[in-house]
Amino acid sequence: MKLFDLRGGVHPEGKKNLSDERHIRALPLPKKLYVPLQQHIGAPAAPVVNVGDKVLKGQLIATAQGAVSSSIHAPTSGTVVALGDHAGPHPSGLPVPTITLESDGEDKWIATEAVADPFALTPEDIAARVGAAGIVGLGGATFPAALKLNLSRSSGVQTLIMNGGECEPYLTCDDRIMRERAAGIVEGIRLIAYAVAAKEILVGIEDNKPEAIAAMQAAAQGTAVNVVAMPSMYPMGSEKQIIQVLTGREVPAGGRPADIGVLVHNVATAFAVQQAIRFGKPLLSRIVTVSGGAIKTACNVEALVGTPVQELIDFADGYSQPAARLVLGGPMMGQQFTNTNVPVLKGTSGVLALMSTEIGQSEASPCIRCSTCVRACPVGLLPLEMAAHIRTSDLAGAVALGLKDCIACGSCSYVCPAHIPLVHFFNYAKGDLAAQERSKLKQEATKKLADARLERIARIERERAEAAAKRKAAREAKERAAKEAAAKAATETG
Amino acid sequence: MNPIAHSPHAHAPVSIGKVMATVLLALVPATLFGFWLYGWPAVNLWAVSLIAAIVGEAFVVRLQDRKVRPVLMDGSGILTAWLLALSLPPYAPWWIAVLGSLFAVIIGKQVFGGLGQNVFNPAMAARVMLLISFPLEMTSWVAPSQSPGLLDSLRITFLSQPVDGMASASLLGHVKTEFTRGIGLDQALAGYYAPLDMLWGSRTGSLGETAAVLLLIGGLFLIARRIITWHAPVAMLLGVAVPALLFNTIDANHYAGPMVHLLSGGLMLGAFFIITDPVTSPNTAMGQFIFGLGCGLLTWIIRTWGGYPEGVAFAVLLMNAATPIIDQYVKPRIYGRDRKGAALPANKG
Amino acid sequence: MLVAAIFSLTVLGAVFGLLLGVAARYLKVEGNPLVAEIEKLLPGSQCGQCGYPGCTGAAQALAEGNAAVTLCPPGGVALAQALAAKLGVEADLSGVEDKGPMIAEIKEEICIGCTRCFKVCPTDAIMGAAQQIHVVFREACTACGKCEAVCPTESVKLQPIPVTLQSWHWHKPQTGSTA
Repeated sequence: MKLFDLRGGVHPEGKKNLSDERHIRALPLPKKLYVPLQQHIGAPAAPVVNVGDKVLKGQLIATAQGAVSSSIHAPTSGTVVALGDHAGPHPSGLPVPTITLESDGEDKWIATEAVADPFALTPEDIAARVGAAGIVGLGGATFPAALKLNLSRSSGVQTLIMNGGECEPYLTCDDRIMRERAAGIVEGIRLIAYAVAAKEILVGIEDNKPEAIAAMQAAAQGTAVNVVAMPSMYPMGSEKQIIQVLTGREVPAGGRPADIGVLVHNVATAFAVQQAIRFGKPLLSRIVTVSGGAIKTACNVEALVGTPVQELIDFADGYSQPAARLVLGGPMMGQQFTNTNVPVLKGTSGVLALMSTEIGQSEASPCIRCSTCVRACPVGLLPLEMAAHIRTSDLAGAVALGLKDCIACGSCSYVCPAHIPLVHFFNYAKGDLAAQERSKLKQEATKKLADARLERIARIERERAEAAAKRKAAREAKERAAKEAAAKAATETG
Repeated sequence: MNPIAHSPHAHAPVSIGKVMATVLLALVPATLFGFWLYGWPAVNLWAVSLIAAIVGEAFVVRLQDRKVRPVLMDGSGILTAWLLALSLPPYAPWWIAVLGSLFAVIIGKQVFGGLGQNVFNPAMAARVMLLISFPLEMTSWVAPSQSPGLLDSLRITFLSQPVDGMASASLLGHVKTEFTRGIGLDQALAGYYAPLDMLWGSRTGSLGETAAVLLLIGGLFLIARRIITWHAPVAMLLGVAVPALLFNTIDANHYAGPMVHLLSGGLMLGAFFIITDPVTSPNTAMGQFIFGLGCGLLTWIIRTWGGYPEGVAFAVLLMNAATPIIDQYVKPRIYGRDRKGAALPANKG
Repeated sequence: MLVAAIFSLTVLGAVFGLLLGVAARYLKVEGNPLVAEIEKLLPGSQCGQCGYPGCTGAAQALAEGNAAVTLCPPGGVALAQALAAKLGVEADLSGVEDKGPMIAEIKEEICIGCTRCFKVCPTDAIMGAAQQIHVVFREACTACGKCEAVCPTESVKLQPIPVTLQSWHWHKPQTGSTA
């Protein structure tokens, strides 16, 4: 199959050999699980259980709220012991609303509905079941999967692309799931394709995962699923980039893949879809790579959502040396965390303990305009110019240069010889612009309130004046009438 | 609590210091050749340039109450002084080197705000300043392969004592002089132009500009190490060679051929080491190509019709001034947008 | 030669002067739409902290160039920059004390329910009744400070808006002066 060229990109050291031969192992059942209400893009789910409630594995404990949201299920059987804030993997370090579950050790399933022939279901039914199972994009974006299916079906998708890129260094969770659960993934892919009536199915896998490619090709024998090896380069696994490589087309700026008739899902999401449709199992766990130079035994584990990260680190025999930085996700786009009590979420692909030599970060020095970042940017932006504008607080200037097209992949920061935190500048600017937008909306609202108050005061005054005038008129009329009456009486008597 | 670090949590093993060190390494062969060709005075001049740049930069950075060490350690001042030294006449007096180096690092760079802020290439700005201010010292060339002893060399560099029988003229200067006397190119070049010598650098010229092959090797090394890209150098060489070939074909007696142009003056040094200075050149590959082409064309025009025999430095400064406008108009196309920046149309195809 | 030079320059001066005069007469803009545009930018809470009678007065003063773009404390740095852009002037932000977005908060323990604060609130952001504890609607409060000024028990205080999961965003990277 003909592949298309990608602009820019970088080649960070893969480090996948630390964990790519490690079979997926189930993590022992944790005593306590911390299940945050927001594990997806959109509105947080609303809890439907109370403290003290006994729940079974797979039971709905929080339900989707609003158009973009996702349901959450009990990862094991046990008792709800708290509803409230708990440490979460948010970069602010702020606690997040969480349902705390104490496991009873029995791991007892709620009754599930298995479907013998899932292809007999209607596409709408499949999307509904995917939504009910609380499935979100497991590649990291955590967009509710059912919503994507519905959007794609209504807009008419031609091509289904399954993302097996896994271009982030260290991570091997998608690699392992493709090697070990290829049959399930392929069935999931076919179900997704059926649900959106896709005509072409492409599975893109980076060529640094030959075993995964072989396993997937074997499982896809005789189906419409087409497994394609792609060159290994970061950020090949980014949605927009994988579309470009496999189809040669680009998602219009500000648009969605559906705009060009494409739907992209992660391979692990396909497996979750298969489990949900065929066995009626909601999304309760995911594969997580535990790796990094400071981890003693790197591994791939299947962890329940809500498992404290510390348990994963313990499972990997702890640290081989003090970690310079702990990261959730991959090193390129992952999130640093300091509290190991934070839970694994649906979108947590990796737990990394990195040494400072692996991070390789040093103090920023002046930009020499070498434009290495321009060459590395897969989007075609001018990171150095954008950062220069943001540094002088000219956010509008950065937007004019394409700030909103930035996918925050971090390629520019990775290659910068001056170690300028370019992508940090961009995310700061994006956040600040959003905050400005919010305060502008608030200002407009408060201005309306102020105007309404002034109007109200004026109206009250006016009404008061009118009432006074009326009273006066009435009094005068009365007086006049009295006078007239008196005069009349006088004439009559007179 | 430490603030959370933003991603990425991995960085390529690169730094400004390493970039500068690689460029310096690429300059070493041509420099050593210059030392061998012109002897001790060349060494003196090179050393004086570097020392003046380091001391001068340290002084002004201290004046600004900034830390001196990181500024000196980035190696950019040393590189500037090194490039300037390579472009000086090898027997130039010491104060030419000192004045040039100080001008380059202080007026050419620090006054603009330090590394990354300057508009003009500091080494070329200094060279032009010296050429305009001290035309005699800056055009007193010597024939190569004379080897004054260490003591003589110190006299040459520091006491400006002319050594008899050394005066010579560079090829481009010679041609220009002969033209003014109404002598045609074929005669002027006779006995003066030996292509092989030109290639290896055994000719009259600046300290480190003569060894075309060694500079080329250094440049290719930088391209291989991805410090520079081929766009600007290739474009500059084309910008000189194409018009040279064209006019040489039309009137061989008046216009020198492409090989003469490519191998003489500071073209090789300029193409691979001067116009590839990231600070003063455009950001994009296309922009760098245009920039290089402009440098080449201007060099050829100045050499052919200008008042000065050599035009690389002037051409570079003129194109430096055009860099912001090139960057304004030559930008990469953004993913999902057309060249004008409008979003691509939705197409379900 | 000299006469010619003087003559030509004089003629040039006269012609351009005439052109400018004509332009001034025929291209004159009646009224000042700027005032309305500036007023749109201002918070509109008529708090009077700028020293002008309400936002209209402040807009008038800004349009006439009698007031600094940094005059509005509730607007903070963001507003100063917007005004500077509108008026085409350089904003001297050194004097602006931007404490970040603020909000009025009532300490319930010492609120006596006097109703003074909600009577002065320009955006009806305070809710309450006599002898009852008042509350502030965060979404409506502009931090104009009027309530703080009238509170007899210092129960109303302006506080920085607490950072929430929704409002948090990355801080600006500190990379030194030259980087």
